Amino acid sequence: MKDEKMLPDEQQMKTGVSRRDFLKAFTGTAAGIGISQMFNPALVSALQEELKNHPVLWIQGQGCTGCSVSLLNSVEPTIAKVLLDVISLQFHPTVMASEGNTAMENCYEIAMKYKGKFSLVVEGAIPTAADGKYCICGEMHRKGMTIEKTMVDMTKELGSAAGSVIAVGTCAAYGGIPAAEGNVTGATSVMDFFKQYGIKTPVINLPGCPPHPDWIVGSVVHLLTKGIPELDDAGRPNLFFGENIHDNCPRVDAYDEGEMSASLSDPKGCRMDLGCKGPDVYADCYKRKWNSGMNWCVDNAVCIGCVEPGFPDGMSPFYEPM
Amino acid sequence: MAGCKPKAAPVGAGKKVKVAIDPVTRIEGHLKAEVEVSGGKVVDAHVYGGMYRGFEQILKGRDPRDASQITQRICGVCPTAHATASVLALDDAFNVKLTDNGRIARNLILGANFIQSHILHFYHLAALDYVNGPDVAPFIPRYAKNDVRLDKATNDVGVSQYLEALEMRKICHEMVALLGGKMPHVQGMVVGGTTEIPTRQALNAYAERFKKVKKFVMEKYVPLVYLLAGPYGDLLKCGGGHKNCVAWGVFPEADGSTLLKRGVYTDGKDYPVDPALIKEYVKYSFFEDSTTGLNPTEGKTVPAPHKEGAYSFVKSPRYNGKPHEAGPLARMWVTNPELSKTGQDALGVKKLRDIGDAAFSILGRHVARAEECAMVTDAVERWISDAQPGKETFVPVPVPDSGEGLGMTEAPRGALLHYVNVKGGVIDNYQVTSATIWNANPRDDMGQRGPIEEALIGVPVPDPENPVNVGRLIRSFDP
Repeated sequence: MKDEKMLPDEQQMKTGVSRRDFLKAFTGTAAGIGISQMFNPALVSALQEELKNHPVLWIQGQGCTGCSVSLLNSVEPTIAKVLLDVISLQFHPTVMASEGNTAMENCYEIAMKYKGKFSLVVEGAIPTAADGKYCICGEMHRKGMTIEKTMVDMTKELGSAAGSVIAVGTCAAYGGIPAAEGNVTGATSVMDFFKQYGIKTPVINLPGCPPHPDWIVGSVVHLLTKGIPELDDAGRPNLFFGENIHDNCPRVDAYDEGEMSASLSDPKGCRMDLGCKGPDVYADCYKRKWNSGMNWCVDNAVCIGCVEPGFPDGMSPFYEPM
Repeated sequence: MAGCKPKAAPVGAGKKVKVAIDPVTRIEGHLKAEVEVSGGKVVDAHVYGGMYRGFEQILKGRDPRDASQITQRICGVCPTAHATASVLALDDAFNVKLTDNGRIARNLILGANFIQSHILHFYHLAALDYVNGPDVAPFIPRYAKNDVRLDKATNDVGVSQYLEALEMRKICHEMVALLGGKMPHVQGMVVGGTTEIPTRQALNAYAERFKKVKKFVMEKYVPLVYLLAGPYGDLLKCGGGHKNCVAWGVFPEADGSTLLKRGVYTDGKDYPVDPALIKEYVKYSFFEDSTTGLNPTEGKTVPAPHKEGAYSFVKSPRYNGKPHEAGPLARMWVTNPELSKTGQDALGVKKLRDIGDAAFSILGRHVARAEECAMVTDAVERWISDAQPGKETFVPVPVPDSGEGLGMTEAPRGALLHYVNVKGGVIDNYQVTSATIWNANPRDDMGQRGPIEEALIGVPVPDPENPVNVGRLIRSFDP
């Protein structure tokens, strides 16, 4: 257990891949898709020291783990590189080896030791009804006492101690499906929760149900090397959420010529009559594509607007035109 | 059960020690386990489901077609299974019959994610109970005495396969995306079939990726599971539980049968499935008492988060009044196919049932999962050649004013049921009984423990400070 508190710079000695190599690889392969501009080798080098003190704690509220699973699909850098060389992921319920009290104590110890420096990633919404009972994250055992931690407790305590917070996925960013009409759990986004409790820690919203792995890795690396990226009115990085889906859609010419898809399996035409929400949606899916560039929603079916603050209520019915 | 003996002298023999683990990590969702240990073994167990979102309430009043998108968000590891259950329920309610190519495309979407999920579960969720990861976060901290019994060379193989498996599961998602749009959460599964007619090019891309995955499953995943049976052989002898199984059947074939069979196994006997025998109990769950004992088709989900005596947000489904486990072991027990060559050589038997009770064990569940992965892999290969490029996969159908539908299928982690009732063209009632509800439930109104609770009984915990086997048992169910 003596290596318990080892952080990234020590990690690289063990894995043999330096963070600088990683950043180089990342900048290189990401060229042309908008990520490369944010890296300047001199700046990266200057911030090396800063990275050492920048562990990441990842907590999960009302979510489906889909954001974490999407992150596993990162292509360059691969998730193995991300875990071993880029971030010191000290708490992540789906991934970490530890469990129970050991995991919880480690989480809070790291938060104390790196107060104001660590990044908190929040996945899932925060249910504020019923004293937070709709999501219990864990417990600590101290001197025969059991201290239960709800998602409300953890977001409040870790959120106010963190240097920055990434609200990953539409649930954490805007409430998403748990906060949709009909919900009884008081599901809340990180920003609204922070407003309610007067927490001033800066928040980056990375919506998407789930977010693209590049959006997560790109934003984390930007945060670690250059600080918080430029955000839009909805708190999202312009880098990834600055462009309209419909205006940039490869099918926009079909739309201009009035060529509309006849049915969901019609490979040709614009999908707007089938319910595509592209005109109301801002994200770079149209050029980034999903799962190593295999496909994307509009070529397969329709865009359901999963990155927007109004998802799902403002975007449904999904298969009816707006 | 014989052989389930603690290795070291039990701590606190004679008196009971309570051990609580919260969170149980490397699972999907929020779970707490509390066990009572006496004489080095678990003598009682409670499993707490700590999170509620309320999909049933959220779905009410929506366009029924949206259910297959919304319910996928129940689980980011197995969204394709929720999509499948949902579209089966909707196909039923909308009264639509699929094209053959639609059936095959759905199998290829679900099949690739079955393989993905089993790889992810074994390597990235469960393996760290048996293999030490690198000495960096998130692989540390770990239990001070974590009972990892591999020599360095074998452990290194485990770590290198952990990393390779990350790549393999990603490739499986690429396969899903080729036909389903993206993963997690596919666009392509809709009532009436799938949205993207497979092109020759897409099928070739799928097949090319599949080859790599198949090689990994057959040459690495399956052999590694059997290799663990050496140093961890005692784990084939504990964690039995109720030994009842439910399997709703999955992967429809052209002749109307399913690749993995539909059936129930109760108290040592096989039965056909009768959905009317499913009842969900809530005495110990945070739901209104008045909603207990209902079949999902008349199901109500009314949360009561402060209810006295309740300890879980999971309901307790029972089949014919009895707790049943769901998952790869249940399916492989019901189907009982011939094992892989590797499996037959390792176990010295032809079929899973030939090893008898040992199948109902911590390691038995991993063996069943790996064998099932091999079986699904073989079937996916067949469906790739069955798929017809350019042939219709979708049957457009209007939303009916009213209709009722039942979708019964299997998620990688077990039996999955969606029920929909449409009135006035919108959802009036939607109920989901998922795999983890079958496995990780609390006691029912009759006082019977849930399957994981029961399976924990007798599991060795020689050192309550390091309750390694509790996590091993829970994760063997892939909750």
